[in-house]
Amino acid sequence: MTDPSSSRERVLARVRSAKATMTEPPIARDYRTAGDHDGADGESLIEVFIDRLIDYRAQVTRVADDDVAGAVSDILGREGARSLVVTLGYPDRWRPMGLDPVVDGLGQDGATLLSTTELDGIDAVVTTCAVAVAETGTIVLDGGPGQGRRAITLLPDLHIVVVRTEQVVPRVPDALPLLNPRRPLTWISGPSATSDIELNRVEGVHGPRRLRAIIVD
Amino acid sequence: MTATAGSGPIPVDPPRATNTGHLHGRPFPAAARVALGDSQLRRNIGKATHTIRDKRAIVVDELADWRELRAAGAAIKDATMARLDTYLEQLEEQVTAAGGVVHWAADADEANRIVIDLCRRAEATDVVKVKSMATQEIRLNEALADAGISAWETDLAELIVQLGHDMPSHILVPAIHRNRAEIREIFNREMGKVGRPAPSGLSDEPAALAEAARVHLRQRFLSTDVAISGANFAVAETGTVMVVESEGNGRMCLTLPRTLITVMGIEKLIPTWRDLEVFLQLLPRSSTGERMNPYTTMWTGVTEGDGPQEFHLVLLDNGRTAALADPEGRAALRCIRCSACLNVCPVYERTGGHAYGSIYPGPIGAVLSPLLTGVEDNTSLPFASSLCGACYDVCPVAIDIPSMLVHLRTKVAALPEKARTPERQLMRALAWVMSSPSRWTRSIRSMGLGRFLARNGRFSSMPPPISGWTATRDLPAPPEQSFRDWWAARAPEDGAS
Repeated sequence: MTDPSSSRERVLARVRSAKATMTEPPIARDYRTAGDHDGADGESLIEVFIDRLIDYRAQVTRVADDDVAGAVSDILGREGARSLVVTLGYPDRWRPMGLDPVVDGLGQDGATLLSTTELDGIDAVVTTCAVAVAETGTIVLDGGPGQGRRAITLLPDLHIVVVRTEQVVPRVPDALPLLNPRRPLTWISGPSATSDIELNRVEGVHGPRRLRAIIVD
Repeated sequence: MTATAGSGPIPVDPPRATNTGHLHGRPFPAAARVALGDSQLRRNIGKATHTIRDKRAIVVDELADWRELRAAGAAIKDATMARLDTYLEQLEEQVTAAGGVVHWAADADEANRIVIDLCRRAEATDVVKVKSMATQEIRLNEALADAGISAWETDLAELIVQLGHDMPSHILVPAIHRNRAEIREIFNREMGKVGRPAPSGLSDEPAALAEAARVHLRQRFLSTDVAISGANFAVAETGTVMVVESEGNGRMCLTLPRTLITVMGIEKLIPTWRDLEVFLQLLPRSSTGERMNPYTTMWTGVTEGDGPQEFHLVLLDNGRTAALADPEGRAALRCIRCSACLNVCPVYERTGGHAYGSIYPGPIGAVLSPLLTGVEDNTSLPFASSLCGACYDVCPVAIDIPSMLVHLRTKVAALPEKARTPERQLMRALAWVMSSPSRWTRSIRSMGLGRFLARNGRFSSMPPPISGWTATRDLPAPPEQSFRDWWAARAPEDGAS
């Protein structure tokens, strides 16, 4: 790749000749960085998170660990979902009663990788998450245990996500150091939405049109 | 690519690509005149821009440290430019290590060729697209069509534009010039021609129109093997590429197909993972007026068992290095395409985006387009502004667009073909008159005689070359007595000299 007539070398040469006249400015990070919490305690953090989720039309349930399975069942019943997918690593104790989920995963425990058509035919998905951001009402998935590959949280129209309170951080700068950039990451802030028609916000286009968060103390 | 021998000096000229794609059109004044005559367009755009600028103001005010974030955003981008070669090589290394393939494109033609080759190798006749300014800039869809490949836009607004055989008119909301009734009509008329038709009895409620788009595109998402996207940011340190979106069409394209091709301008780089903490706060609030956009996807190369198993990153120059070489213009490369400057611009609000003739409209387009093409190919855009400065105030990376416009106007005025215009000759004559107090006094006095020709104290049309000026304005008649004469004749007061 050192052929000077290649576009790579030509572009880099142009950059080098242009940058001869530049100086690198210092970057002042005097904005609120990670850990700069304005004295917000744990409880007010969760309140802000819930407030922001609701503001962007996600519905929120807050329960104790023992009641997660029941909360999932309630949501599925309320939304009329008749099929459900989970992935490997989703805790057994959080599985809903009465509806046996399909398990998407690679090979173990009798699980298989579902085709996109199969996933498209499933009503709901329930997952865990990697981290959540209170100030923006954002939930981040990193494909870790209980979250699975990206397609399973994309094709079903109802996404139920279980967030443990200790996973909620105050702001965006707090979340980035907790995430591994080598993993595929999906930041979710409310359900799919569009403002493309006269800038009116409409919830629900291609992604899951309903997002339900269960917050576990 | 040329066949020149490898041993000679590396050619650094001409830096600007000749086939720059969709970056210029007919002169702004002529195009703007047409747009101004369309009252529906003005109503649509006025309503939309006012809605979004109010939303932006609310969520920006929520952050006590907005000023500091803005300064950091500008500094990070400038620091990136100062070592852009190093960061580009680092990005290439990281993406390659993670299983991706990096391609370099000097101009629009080369980028299109690369993408077409990749599509052919994947035996694709159809590709799905995530909204991308870079691919609009290089006219990729048209190039793909010429190669027999159909490119399907999946962003709702881009779909409206594509189905309507129309042009985007806003960076963020390309169909901002269309209202709901027009969109319903386009869907009813066009959807059935290219795929699943619009449901019968489609209403013009935004929710119903969004549902129609969902149904129309669903099968396309599930069955297309190649996707093409742009990128909002790429992190040199990690090789991570990122797309922000709202609808989920981005996630569909970035997740389901086997092959993903991303076309990214070389200025989209940021050095470190940590730098995202600044831009993930600046971009959504400036752009859609949300605390965070619904979906952001970040990926690094390929991941086994999750998402596309083939990833190609096309790094696009297409005039960016020429902009970089301009000390007064290079700050335009900080732009993160939020479009906040469009939404506050009194000129954009009245003309809409099409009048700019470039895929980058509004204040940022008026500087970016000539910087990418060279001012000689975009002589009218630097003048498409009242220099009010609202764009600079809202810019999340503090691009001083008004000063840059003045700089570009100077460059236009210095062009050889501009040196002999009546305006320049008039200015030269004026400079001669103004350089001598006696010449100036005499000329002012003689101007006073002209007032007898004015009507109601105004000249509304004048002979050339001043006719160009009076075509859109009235020239006030000169007063009976000049200020200088009045000053000289007035009774001296105490303390005055």
